[in-house]
Amino acid sequence: MPDKPDRNAIEVVNVSKIFGSGEGQVAALDKVSVSIRENEFFTLLGPSGCGKTTLLRLIAGFDFPTAGEILLYGQDIAPLPPFKRPVNTVFQSYALFPHMTVADNIGFGLEMLGKPRAEIKARVAEMLKLVKMEALAGRRTGQISGGQQQRVALARALAPQPKVLLLDEPLSALDYKLRKEMQIELKRLQHETGITFIFVTHDQEEALTMSDRIAVMSSGKILQVGSPWDIYDKPAERFVADFIGETNFLTAAISGVGSGKARATLKSGTTIEATVAEGFQPKDNATVVVRPEHAKLTKDKGDLSGTVENIVYFGTDTHIHVHLDSGEAFTVRQQNTRSAGCGFERGDKVGIIVGNDAAQVLRD
Amino acid sequence: MASNFSIKHQPGFTAIAATCFIVLYLPIFVLVVYAFNAASSTSEWGGFSLKWFQSAYQNTQVIDATLRSFQIGAIAAVLSTIFATMAALATTRTASYPGLTFKYAAINQPLMVPEIVTGVALLIFFSRIKIFTGYSGIGYLVAAHTAFCIPFAYLPIRARLENMDLTLERAAADLYATPWKTFRRITLPLLWPGILAGLMLAFVISLDDVVITEFVKSGGQDTLPTYMLGQIRRGITPEINAISTAFLLLSVAIVTLFFFVSRKRD
Repeated sequence: MPDKPDRNAIEVVNVSKIFGSGEGQVAALDKVSVSIRENEFFTLLGPSGCGKTTLLRLIAGFDFPTAGEILLYGQDIAPLPPFKRPVNTVFQSYALFPHMTVADNIGFGLEMLGKPRAEIKARVAEMLKLVKMEALAGRRTGQISGGQQQRVALARALAPQPKVLLLDEPLSALDYKLRKEMQIELKRLQHETGITFIFVTHDQEEALTMSDRIAVMSSGKILQVGSPWDIYDKPAERFVADFIGETNFLTAAISGVGSGKARATLKSGTTIEATVAEGFQPKDNATVVVRPEHAKLTKDKGDLSGTVENIVYFGTDTHIHVHLDSGEAFTVRQQNTRSAGCGFERGDKVGIIVGNDAAQVLRD
Repeated sequence: MASNFSIKHQPGFTAIAATCFIVLYLPIFVLVVYAFNAASSTSEWGGFSLKWFQSAYQNTQVIDATLRSFQIGAIAAVLSTIFATMAALATTRTASYPGLTFKYAAINQPLMVPEIVTGVALLIFFSRIKIFTGYSGIGYLVAAHTAFCIPFAYLPIRARLENMDLTLERAAADLYATPWKTFRRITLPLLWPGILAGLMLAFVISLDDVVITEFVKSGGQDTLPTYMLGQIRRGITPEINAISTAFLLLSVAIVTLFFFVSRKRD
């Protein structure tokens, strides 16, 4: 990782985008504020319709905010048309120009900027090398595969050396294996070019593996911004915990809140230590989340007790669904070994040990 | 037998299809054959000859009318294609708004209004202008042809624009292309097959027109179709067949070209 100074490349300040008018008004973005640091791989993550693509379009200039400012290194770019913003986009459909060659596509931005021919040629060659497409420079874009088109789209957007690169679900059209390859490729390109990447995806796994920081969005709002680790292990809200990975929700009585920690008394009567989400307002009952892989199943007494309801084999691990005596559901993920089964059977009376550092209290 | 039922093979359909084709093409076939008749009859065969083609070629009135047809057709096709391109851009590169459907209808109006009505209307309208300006040149025919060619040029251009991925223009703008450069470098090259198709269609439609031309033309402004109509009134020789055959060849050539151009993808 290149070192990351605290300079902000993009600052989104109180941006709202309202579509329609009167009764049919829909707020695609509702007073969103977020800062994206220079050189970081920043991901906007959320289900379709959450506003992530709208925010990207506002930064690119394809749409204009109803209210608020978008600052690029301190300058408000919100009213500028797209061709006046030093920001380039990789489109979901790639949007390569079908009547031009690969090389002409890559050189298009530089040509429009009025760069001298020699400089364009050198830069195109450099870009072709960067995305390993030298051999296909003279091809029409219809004559290359989807993965290759993806690389050309990247090279085309990177060639003018934008201050920020916007990527709108660029991997969604690729098959699984190619997608995995391109994830690594994108990280490499970001590292080599040092350009700030803003990546939009609905794929939580993609977001976790690639991002420096993630903003989780829902219904036009940013719910939480943090490192993948923060987002996964310390979700602030139910939506975030639910959207990213699988998790167990338990109701607990909260006491002794202080310095980011609290004591949670579960319905079974056991009290465990838990971390507390930022912005948690002290109240008697709150939701506690425990990831399936952070709990352990035992045949003895645990922190929780219940009956095994179902066992699902996943190859690398097994998910054991337990019906708790309190009436709640709980899933434990257990790593598989070759030698034996998971050691439990449907109908078994079991205990669940929630680890010391496994529980997080949500703010809602 | 239910198991043998096929929607594609129904008894009698072959006969119906064959009848349709015969009714359509037999008269044309006969017309073409008699263009090569050595006798001066359009119904009695007197041996093979190219003399009617030669006579048509040497007939200054025919050549005159043909050149006028081409001239009007070419100018009207270019003008109507320019208008149609602008209209197509304006009606596709916009969000839907109340009144858009009405605009479609207005642009396509010449397809729906009977030609005779347009012809009479133009006759009255242009005669007033003639009195007012004193101008009685070919401009009236060009204007009339341009007007009724617009919807024909508009249709293939609009179809092409509607199939074009809007993201391409967005991508160009994202890569620092101003709206004009985006149009020049992205929209226009991708639209080109549609424009060519529109141009050729407009040319053929103009070349073929009788009704409106008959009403609008002044003396000595015969186009090939109106000249032929005038000749037929005076009795037919195979010369008419020969002109028709040449005309047919030209139309077929242009329509074939149109087919290949409009079928071309990207």
